[in-house]
Amino acid sequence: MTDSKYFTTTKKGEIFELKAELNSDKKEKKKEAVKKVIASMTVGKDVSALFPDVVNCMQTDNLELKKLVYLYLMNYAKSQPDMAIMAVNTFVKDCEDLNPLIRALAVRTMGCIRVDKITEYLCEPLRKCLKDEDPYVRKTAAVCVAKLHDINAQLVEDQGFLDTLKDLISDSNPMVVANAVAALSEIAESHPNSNLLDLNPQTINKLLTALNECTEWGQIFILDCLASYLPRDDRESQSICERVTPRLSHANSAVVLSAVKVLMKFMEMLPKDLDYYGTLLKKLAPPLVTLLSAEPELQYVALRNINLIVQKRPEILKHEMKVFFVKYNDPIYVKLEKLDIMIRLASQANIAQVLAELKEYATEVDVDFVRKAVRAIGRCAIKVEQSAERCVSTLLDLIQTKVNYVVQEAIVVIKDIFRKYPNKYESVIATLCENLDSLDEPEARAAMIWIVGEYAERIDNADELLESFLEGFHDESTQVQLQLLTAIVKLFLKKPTETQELVQQVLSLATQDSDNPDLRDRGYIYWRLLSTDPVAAKEVVLAEKPLISEETDLIEPTLLEELICHIGTLASVYHKPPSAFVEGSRGVQHKRLPPRAGSGESTESPDVGQSGPSEAPPAVIPSQGDLLGDLLNLDLAPPTATVPSVQPSMQMGAMDLLGGGLDSLLGGDIGGSPSMGAGLGAAPAAMPASLGGAPAVGGGLGDLFDLGGGVGMPTGSYVAPKTVWLLAMKAKGLEISGTFARRGGIIQMDLSLTNKAMSVMTDFAIQFNRNSFGLAPAGPLQVLTPLSPNQTIDVSLPLSTSGPVMKMEPLNNLQVAVKNNIDVFYFSCQYPLSLLFVEDGKMDRQVFLATWKDIPNDNEAQFQIKDIHLNSDVASNKLQGSNIFTIAKRTVEGQDMLYQSVKLTNGIWVLAEMRIQTGNPNYTLSIKCRAPEVCPFVYQCYELVLKN
Amino acid sequence: MIGGLFIYNHKGEVLISRVYRDDIGRNAVDAFRVNVIHARQQVRSPVTNIARTSFFHVKRSNIWLAAVTKQNVNAAMVFEFLYKMCDVMTAYFGKISEENIKNNFVLIYELLDEILDFGYPQNSETGALKTFITQQGIKGQHQTKEEQSQITSQVTGQIGWRREGIKYRRNELFLDVLESVNLLMSPQGQVLSAHVSGRVVMKSYLSGMPECKFGMNDKIVIDKQGKGGTTDEPGKSGKQSIAIDDCTFHQCVRLSKFDSERSISFIPPDGEYELMRYRTTKDIILPFRVIPLVREVGRTKLEVKVVIKSNFKPSLLAQKIEVRIPTPLNTSGVQVICMKGKAKYKASENAIVWKIKRMAGMKESQISAEIELLPTNDKKKWARPPISMNFEVPFAPSGLKVRYLKVFESKLNYSDHDVIKWVRYIGRSGIYETRC
Repeated sequence: MTDSKYFTTTKKGEIFELKAELNSDKKEKKKEAVKKVIASMTVGKDVSALFPDVVNCMQTDNLELKKLVYLYLMNYAKSQPDMAIMAVNTFVKDCEDLNPLIRALAVRTMGCIRVDKITEYLCEPLRKCLKDEDPYVRKTAAVCVAKLHDINAQLVEDQGFLDTLKDLISDSNPMVVANAVAALSEIAESHPNSNLLDLNPQTINKLLTALNECTEWGQIFILDCLASYLPRDDRESQSICERVTPRLSHANSAVVLSAVKVLMKFMEMLPKDLDYYGTLLKKLAPPLVTLLSAEPELQYVALRNINLIVQKRPEILKHEMKVFFVKYNDPIYVKLEKLDIMIRLASQANIAQVLAELKEYATEVDVDFVRKAVRAIGRCAIKVEQSAERCVSTLLDLIQTKVNYVVQEAIVVIKDIFRKYPNKYESVIATLCENLDSLDEPEARAAMIWIVGEYAERIDNADELLESFLEGFHDESTQVQLQLLTAIVKLFLKKPTETQELVQQVLSLATQDSDNPDLRDRGYIYWRLLSTDPVAAKEVVLAEKPLISEETDLIEPTLLEELICHIGTLASVYHKPPSAFVEGSRGVQHKRLPPRAGSGESTESPDVGQSGPSEAPPAVIPSQGDLLGDLLNLDLAPPTATVPSVQPSMQMGAMDLLGGGLDSLLGGDIGGSPSMGAGLGAAPAAMPASLGGAPAVGGGLGDLFDLGGGVGMPTGSYVAPKTVWLLAMKAKGLEISGTFARRGGIIQMDLSLTNKAMSVMTDFAIQFNRNSFGLAPAGPLQVLTPLSPNQTIDVSLPLSTSGPVMKMEPLNNLQVAVKNNIDVFYFSCQYPLSLLFVEDGKMDRQVFLATWKDIPNDNEAQFQIKDIHLNSDVASNKLQGSNIFTIAKRTVEGQDMLYQSVKLTNGIWVLAEMRIQTGNPNYTLSIKCRAPEVCPFVYQCYELVLKN
Repeated sequence: MIGGLFIYNHKGEVLISRVYRDDIGRNAVDAFRVNVIHARQQVRSPVTNIARTSFFHVKRSNIWLAAVTKQNVNAAMVFEFLYKMCDVMTAYFGKISEENIKNNFVLIYELLDEILDFGYPQNSETGALKTFITQQGIKGQHQTKEEQSQITSQVTGQIGWRREGIKYRRNELFLDVLESVNLLMSPQGQVLSAHVSGRVVMKSYLSGMPECKFGMNDKIVIDKQGKGGTTDEPGKSGKQSIAIDDCTFHQCVRLSKFDSERSISFIPPDGEYELMRYRTTKDIILPFRVIPLVREVGRTKLEVKVVIKSNFKPSLLAQKIEVRIPTPLNTSGVQVICMKGKAKYKASENAIVWKIKRMAGMKESQISAEIELLPTNDKKKWARPPISMNFEVPFAPSGLKVRYLKVFESKLNYSDHDVIKWVRYIGRSGIYETRC
């Protein structure tokens, strides 16, 4: 019999059967049953109901059974904290066992149980285990301190465990040292300013000694810890380097990379003229090359790191180009990374070889790889001037293949070559123009348009070419639209006579018909430039371009420095600082390289290089946000919606402006007539709104919301503006925005369905998940006509409160599924609780008084509603519109007290007392309810209603 | 550190799920299945970030192993750990397959509890683990106190890869020097690039805690000795030594000693393991030379003649020789004549494959072929891929020689002379190509 049978039981009533087996008298049967439980747990079945029965099996001298029970406990203790206490005694007893393996097992498991009450009991056994005579127990206890710190940091500090842990750094057993170092490093990370690790030459010496003796993993912990040390001077730095270099021959790549990290960091402190500096540089290359013979996943990690190292110290690997040549059966991620490094290492000395390779790669199968290879050829041309000619001819060869994506990629890089070497290779423009039709990607189209615009005077039919692009202006991507606008303006400045019509057309398309603020703004700027001073316009638009740099995709220096300090870690794989992908306080601390030696700074106090957060320059590269967006684009969190705003008044202004502007353009009356001046005067006023000044945009949105609100407000109750709940990009083109309303006692969900896809949508249906108040659609979703592309339909869906109930987090969360002919989409939204305030919510005075007294004071919640400038009567009227009824009003010492009641659809009463002081815009609201969790949501409703 | 470790079958069903950190929830298990296993596309990166959680994954046959974290962990360490995990599992129950994993899931959970603590890798040497975690359940119930402390001191000790008290009636060791030789040669016979990557694999069946010292004809060592005048064969050593570009060692080797004295000393694990890896690029003995001659006769015919010459001692025999001569895509027919072995045109692979079972040193053999082509209007010229070769030879193409492997075990009554030692050299072709 094998263990796989445990996975196959799926029949009903299993839990009961297991329960019986767990309580069986036979040991074997018990063990079998626990194995089944663990198997179910693994596949994700909820077996928490068996908790007491499993814990009962814990008192056993069978170690295998004990381990299984412990495994179960670790998984479920958190959900059953009270039951978990039952296990404490066994743990405490096991911590005293004669067998060190059992002592360690108990302390290891106990640390994994995140239940406060158990943690309290953990302290004493842990203290003993930290001083146990057996190293196996000590090394386990050391890690346990880190576990405990993760659960309750204060407790660890209060109990003095940190000091004990520090003592373990001097332990005689290397593994205990390594684990203590690991635990301390982790704890120190969450206390960036504490001097927890307290590295000094003595401790460093201990660590370096342990380094020679501990396991490969321990060596990694120690090396990673060493990397955060800052040597006092270059001599100490050198002596540490000397003791770390032997690690470069370790078979474990992680040990090698961590050693490289220490060396790269401490090298900064060595004077460059030192012999040892050169020796060290030479020693670094071979192990880095050897990493490339590891398994592919590790090769990938190594290559990402080599990419950083090559940027920081190109001299290390400059002679090793060949090892980065791509092998036929490398996985694609290794190929792409190798290519990157090849480009970085390309120089005059090896360019011929590199080009031959790249040409080879351009005929491979993988599209991404081929594209990158083509792009690499262009980058070589820019980097090594001598090779530019050969690169261009190689690119032209590739264009001849007519392979669509190769051509597009080639055109994109040729654009850069033109910029780098002006007036040299323009003869190839004709060849490029032949391929105009095959370009279907925005980047390639934009590049081609740039070329046409830039060299308009050399291309006879430039205006025809650009006009052909203009036909489908609205279907182009922003990148292409912007480029087209610029190119046509350039053309106009170069050949003003023939292209007036064209420029008018594009300006009107950009400013009038587009709702993209960037495009509109650029349109306005060009237009104003052209209308006020064409000479200046020429100087601006046709200005000499700055030379483009040889290196591309270089990592910004401060970030590079930080990443060098993170060699081997995830940060170095993502090429992002840890703060970009780690939540919480961990890793937020920026690391920096030690100050460069030889500049006299090295003798300054070591604090210079210390990673004080205030001192560290913000290591932010411009594109970081994008990258992060990329990285997190799979985030499961609901999207925060932004509504593209088109302000009506703004549009009016724009039209006005344009009329005047074009007139003047056409008439050639550049001086500007008074009427036009007025038009111009209006421009600055209108512009900020679209330029994105924060307050203006807020206003714009507010306007928009007002419009939305105005549509659905037949009764007095407040209806929030529609917000986007489901983004088109997440739902194959279906965008849903909506809001909730209560009209005449009926709850309605107002939805706007917009089809942003290319095809018609039909067969809509809607369903809700179970929710806190049993909201459910009272009828089907009435979308009778098919939704054609770019069409929006507004629907009102009546809701009932008789659906199934399940408590949600937050309370007012509603999970919705919408189906159409394409797919099913899910989103969640939150409804205002006022939706559930019923019309007969006015309580009798006497009852109110009695109930108020009856509800325990613990259930009372106090809130502040700020900045309300209404008197009590207006406020009370407003609230009544939303079924918040004022029962009584009292005035005491200039303070109005309103007593109010609300009844929810499920019969819960909420009582409130609102205090309004004349002259004070802040109201105090006390809410009492038998179900206190609704209080904050009731408060939200108050605020919403009063402020709108 | 590692927050959790999951093992899936190819369908994405979870076979093993062990969570070490509180920040990893059950949904992480599903996120990986949905976004990576079910994505049905080529893996574009072995590290995937889903909803701020990083997944490190490797695949062994049909099985996915994924380590999960939300922190800035040492990425190289995580992958090394995953490989090690595979090694440990293989050492316990053989091939990593769905069936074997299901059959041993209790054992795997035990191992995971032992070798990862709060996400920190602990001792993961099978030699040590097998002393207290076995497939027949855990030992420990019936152990004496001495046995227990012996286990714990070994697991945490300096020699975590070997347990004490190993006894063999016959002390024996096997050394395999396995090399793969890589070559890219121009049609004119000029070496464009060549390197050897080698491994020294040791199988040790030695009693006690033997101290070993391994010596090879490393140029740096020989030169040093030469200067000191202690070399046994003066004059000869300079020629026979080789320059090693880089080498890495199993964790049992004392690296600081290698760094300072360049001597390789260690206490070996029991059984088979890889002692070292190395790379050389200088003075490589190329076992075969390929001389291609391709002649285009008109537009529809190609004449190919390839000569291979074996370049080693006549007393040695090369085996499993295979030469692949690529043919154009529009090949319609091929006639082959070869002096030795068998040759066949394989249309599906677009190549003539010529196989020779054995060939002695300093010999040559020839193949000639006539390739008929279909006329095409394809303007693109045939790119002429290189001719590649496979073979196996009984020597080390790098020239590496084992000079000695001394065994000292002071506590037991056997000496270096009593140990039976076997050394074997195998040179295989890596990517061995000649352009034509």
